[in-house]
Amino acid sequence: MKKIPIIIAREYLTRVRKRSFLVMTFLGPILMAAMIIIPVLIATMEGQPKKIGVLDETGLFAGKFTNEQNLTFVDITTDLAAAKKLLTDSGYYALLYIPRTSGTVPTNGYIYSMKQPSLIVTGTIRNVMKKEDEQLKLAASGVNEDILKSIKTTINLTSFKIDKSGKETKSFTEVSMIVGWAGGFLIYMFIFLYGTQVLRGVIEEKSNRIVEVIVSSVKPFQLMLGKIVGIALVGLTQFLLWVMLTAGIVFAFSAVYGGQMTGSGGREMLITEQNRLLPPNEAEQGGESAMASLNVAWEAVNSVNYPLVLGFFLFFFLGGYLLYAALFASVGAAVDNESDTQQFMLPITIPLILGLIMISYVINNPDSPAVFWLSIIPFTSPIIMMARIPFGVPYADMILSVILLIAGFLATTWMAGKIYRTGILMYGKKVNYKELWKWLRYKT
Amino acid sequence: MEILSATSITKRFANHTALRKVDIGVPEGSIYGLLGPNGAGKTTFIRIITQIIAPDEGEIFIEGHRLAPEHTHLIGYLPEERGLYKKMKVGEQALYLARLKGLEKYDALTRLRKWFERFDIQMWWNRKVEELSKGMQQKVQFMITVVHEPRLVIFDEPFSGFDPININIIKEEILRLRDNGSTIIFSTHNMASVEELCTHIALINKAEKILEGSVKEIKNQYKSNAWEIIYDDAKDQISTILKEGFELLSHTRDDNMHTATIRIPAKTSPNELLEGLLPYIRILGFNEILPSINDIFISKVSEDTQRINPQTA
Repeated sequence: MKKIPIIIAREYLTRVRKRSFLVMTFLGPILMAAMIIIPVLIATMEGQPKKIGVLDETGLFAGKFTNEQNLTFVDITTDLAAAKKLLTDSGYYALLYIPRTSGTVPTNGYIYSMKQPSLIVTGTIRNVMKKEDEQLKLAASGVNEDILKSIKTTINLTSFKIDKSGKETKSFTEVSMIVGWAGGFLIYMFIFLYGTQVLRGVIEEKSNRIVEVIVSSVKPFQLMLGKIVGIALVGLTQFLLWVMLTAGIVFAFSAVYGGQMTGSGGREMLITEQNRLLPPNEAEQGGESAMASLNVAWEAVNSVNYPLVLGFFLFFFLGGYLLYAALFASVGAAVDNESDTQQFMLPITIPLILGLIMISYVINNPDSPAVFWLSIIPFTSPIIMMARIPFGVPYADMILSVILLIAGFLATTWMAGKIYRTGILMYGKKVNYKELWKWLRYKT
Repeated sequence: MEILSATSITKRFANHTALRKVDIGVPEGSIYGLLGPNGAGKTTFIRIITQIIAPDEGEIFIEGHRLAPEHTHLIGYLPEERGLYKKMKVGEQALYLARLKGLEKYDALTRLRKWFERFDIQMWWNRKVEELSKGMQQKVQFMITVVHEPRLVIFDEPFSGFDPININIIKEEILRLRDNGSTIIFSTHNMASVEELCTHIALINKAEKILEGSVKEIKNQYKSNAWEIIYDDAKDQISTILKEGFELLSHTRDDNMHTATIRIPAKTSPNELLEGLLPYIRILGFNEILPSINDIFISKVSEDTQRINPQTA
């Protein structure tokens, strides 16, 4: 038994020293951090300040266009032809022309610009005009501005989870959805990524014929187990490095840009982003209560029981990986080269892909019976249970799922061991399922 | 003393029986040739004694103990289809495989360094296997097979894939291993190497052992009582001076030198042949013709095949 650690060490070291592992390990977090950082960066660097001329013949909108961060509105009083000339001569980004209308509220505006006006510009203009028009119409029908304000209603839905002892915890569905989705997806990705590595490793040993030398020193089962465990450690190493590096990059970024972001558009953007996830009352309070909304965001992020999620992530990653890795190993042993794997890969990939597809269903219906079964059956449980956990899972379900997964991977490993033992020494034979079944029933 | 004895080994696969009640005893210190046509069951037998597969019936004893996983370090095995991890460095790989045989890391390292020196391949230690020539890879494999100084070394077709120079190196190494006290089993089709190296052989045909013993005994058993005589020019034809019962098998002449092969009747001393010839010819050479292993192999296998399938004679 002391030979298994030697095998594990080889499987682990040859992989973590590979250039592709290093590239993936360092590029992965950069890509992930980029996904978080780049939208923020783009928001802070919105480009050149834009000057927009407003030629308002109605006079209703005078002073209503307020300068924003990168938008400056300048009232123009010349006629349209002269204004257009201004546009080409004096560096205006765009010219807004609101023609006089008789009797009704002006609902038409014309934007002249050298380039296609950006969405931010058209959006801002449309909002201001719409708001002003609504005010005008309401005022025209005699509605007082105070009444108007009092009509505006926001609905606050704050959800609480109550457990049996009556303890209440504020819950944040959206956060649960994100965590559930990410957890399920990561499990899927890791199982696939590292399961395929097991498959390749077995095929490599078989096709370069070293396997016969090795199995004269160790039992085939020990070799298979060593490989599976070694690659699992590679997966854990990569995962931990990713988590650490991503966190490091994001922290470093916020340390450098943090000061710049507060008080500028970047922070506003972040806050609006967060507001979308928050109970609306906080969102409504706008800029002044930025601190308060940040606190809520913090509360939302913290509403997830991270140690629990992380603990289960590790368990379901390992359990799911072990279950599938054994299957991948037996497929690798049954074929002569990678192109022959197709027919055996299908039954392995189908439950995995089913799990992936079902994630979005799970996070929308975490309590449906279908989800219960999918999160119990070992072939889909790692992915589905991960997606379910942030919504709170009854202990009974969890224990059942854990036990079945352990039983599942013990069963697949035992089965795979039998197929593997026969398969690795079998060359030049077209193997089908009937043949595999025969191998399964061979006595030791 | 037998280092390895296999009794009544039977191994069945789904569609055929690979070995049927095979008994084999390998004396300690011997070079044991495992012969047989393709598909006879040699590799299956080797895989059973290397514990890669288990027999359905029968038992194997090594140095008197029932063969068990803890005996793997006693055995070195070079399979017929051999390979290495292509992307792994030579030294690292040799170390890995040596440690799997149960050597401690430091011990393995010292021994390997010595072997690399012997084969003069120290500079390959940090190279990847795929950079090595095929012959070089074979040398590395040979080294890995014997680095743990196994008591019993098993080679499956050790000479296939080697060039003549490397074949010689391997032959020398096999003899050196024997001199150092190891027992060697090898399977081969190369009869010349069997004649040259083997002290004992077993012949397997169609899953059954049909012949086993020391090379000397087997040759004696299968000799045809034929003798070769070399002599000078003589007045008389040799056929006319032979006594009754003696049969002239062949006669060739090269200038004044005659070579004749004569079969003497069973239970007759070769002296009688000489006595009869001495008065007539001047004898320059006289020796017994022993059957080659190749001849025995061919005649035994075809005889056995006819026994199993008489209609395919």
